Amino acid sequence: MNAVITVLGKDNVGILAKVSNECAAVSANILEVTQSVLQGMFAMIMFVDITNITVPFAQLADQLAEKGEEMGVKVIVMHEDLFNAMHTI
Amino acid sequence: MINSHDILETINMIENENLDVRTITMGISLLDCIDEDIDKACNKVYDKICRYAKDLVKTGEDISKDYGIPIIHKRIAVTPVAMLAAACPTKNPVKFAQTLDRAAKTVGVNFVGGYSALVHKGFSQGDYALIESIPEALNVTERVCSSVNIGSTKAGINMDAVGKMGYVIRKTAELTADRDCIGAAKLVVFCNAPEDNPFMAGAFHGPGEADCVINVGVSGPGVVRAALAKAGDCNITEVADIVKKTAFKITRAGMLVAKEASKRLSVPFGIVDLSLAPTPAIGDSVAYILEEMGLEQCGAHGTTACLALLNDAVKKGGVMASSHVGGLSGAFIPVTEDAGMIEAARSKALSIVKLEAMTAVCSVGLDMIAIPGDTPADVISGIIADEAAIGMVNSKTTAVRLIPAIGKQAGEELNFGGLLGSGPIMDVNMKSPSRFIARGGRIPAPMQSLKN
Repeated sequence: MNAVITVLGKDNVGILAKVSNECAAVSANILEVTQSVLQGMFAMIMFVDITNITVPFAQLADQLAEKGEEMGVKVIVMHEDLFNAMHTI
Repeated sequence: MINSHDILETINMIENENLDVRTITMGISLLDCIDEDIDKACNKVYDKICRYAKDLVKTGEDISKDYGIPIIHKRIAVTPVAMLAAACPTKNPVKFAQTLDRAAKTVGVNFVGGYSALVHKGFSQGDYALIESIPEALNVTERVCSSVNIGSTKAGINMDAVGKMGYVIRKTAELTADRDCIGAAKLVVFCNAPEDNPFMAGAFHGPGEADCVINVGVSGPGVVRAALAKAGDCNITEVADIVKKTAFKITRAGMLVAKEASKRLSVPFGIVDLSLAPTPAIGDSVAYILEEMGLEQCGAHGTTACLALLNDAVKKGGVMASSHVGGLSGAFIPVTEDAGMIEAARSKALSIVKLEAMTAVCSVGLDMIAIPGDTPADVISGIIADEAAIGMVNSKTTAVRLIPAIGKQAGEELNFGGLLGSGPIMDVNMKSPSRFIARGGRIPAPMQSLKN
């Protein structure tokens, strides 16, 4: 089971590190990361395997959103099924 | 693998364009609660709803959290209560309404639909008692919604019921006049009512349905409008294509939620209702889509054509995205619930006459329209008859949800708050149809061939 973590906002030092740390803390395995900085705006999309996470999915989403607020960026965690449903036939 | 563009597009739809799943509606059959002792029947109704729907709200919230997509409403639709009232016709059916209200509060849903009667061909005693009790029922309850089906393509239009409903709508508004006549906002008069509609106020669980089902209503006018805005000045064929593709995506989100809700609640999946349902929030408006297509304001000449295209394209996109489609499926045009419609009604670009024409090509009817408080019951019945005739002849659902604004005149405003919104009171042609309505009887079912 995979989730997609999207981080959007103003570029800052350590965004990737902090999000990765949160993931590691709950045993969410990072599969792939794409990241770009366009005109100072940071956009990162991270695919993580959440099969063995140690906290409920909703809690992980809340924790990461909170972490994002601290860093001044928006962190959105969503199940990959939604994207698959909407963008593939 | 999903590409970044798709991910960002979905997130943008949710964050900025009001993409949501409008409602998960659990349909519950109450046929096994029928009892000639009304108290016993009410107890059975309360117990069954609380048993079946006890996890509905929590499950909806969990799914919303897991998939990151807002699910606005969790609701319940039940068997038309007139069928239960038929077993105890001498008792006041308001007790059933109070029971439904109590059950809705216990399980935490914001509306329960099904205080309904199906009288398109004639009344039974239960139907009669129920219809008589609607004004009181909507006055003493908060969360109960009522609907009456007064016509169908196969049966024609029951003009006795049409006549009666004019009075019932007026009376309901009068009893709730101290609350901006909100009772009438929870009462729908249908022709060709669907039995699996998940949207309030017209939801009920038809007698042909299973014991319990999950139906889902999608939404997303803001997403469609944004997609059209992005496309710029393309030709109308491309407009239709964009609407189709967007409707597909929206419906797939709804389908995912429906499947998941059905699995988690162990209740069979019924249908997805492919509707563009607006809310009063800016940017969540069907009228804005029509304006994006190129109208100066909704209500201008050309509105009916734009709406016809929109309604059809939404269905074409949505049908492919869902294994079962049902309910009302199309574009909704509730005036007080749609920011663009409200503006158009205020500026008089939009009239009831134009709205009536629009209902011939979209999924509902004259919906959430405030009319002057002194509108006579017969005129309301006349409006119902016209609307039902459009539905009957065109083999489609039409509905009337009018709110007589007691003590107010055209140009003033009603404000219900929340999703029911607010809006100006619209002008009504007050010429009397009294003699026509007083004739009673039935309009015969229309020809289904020789169509011109």
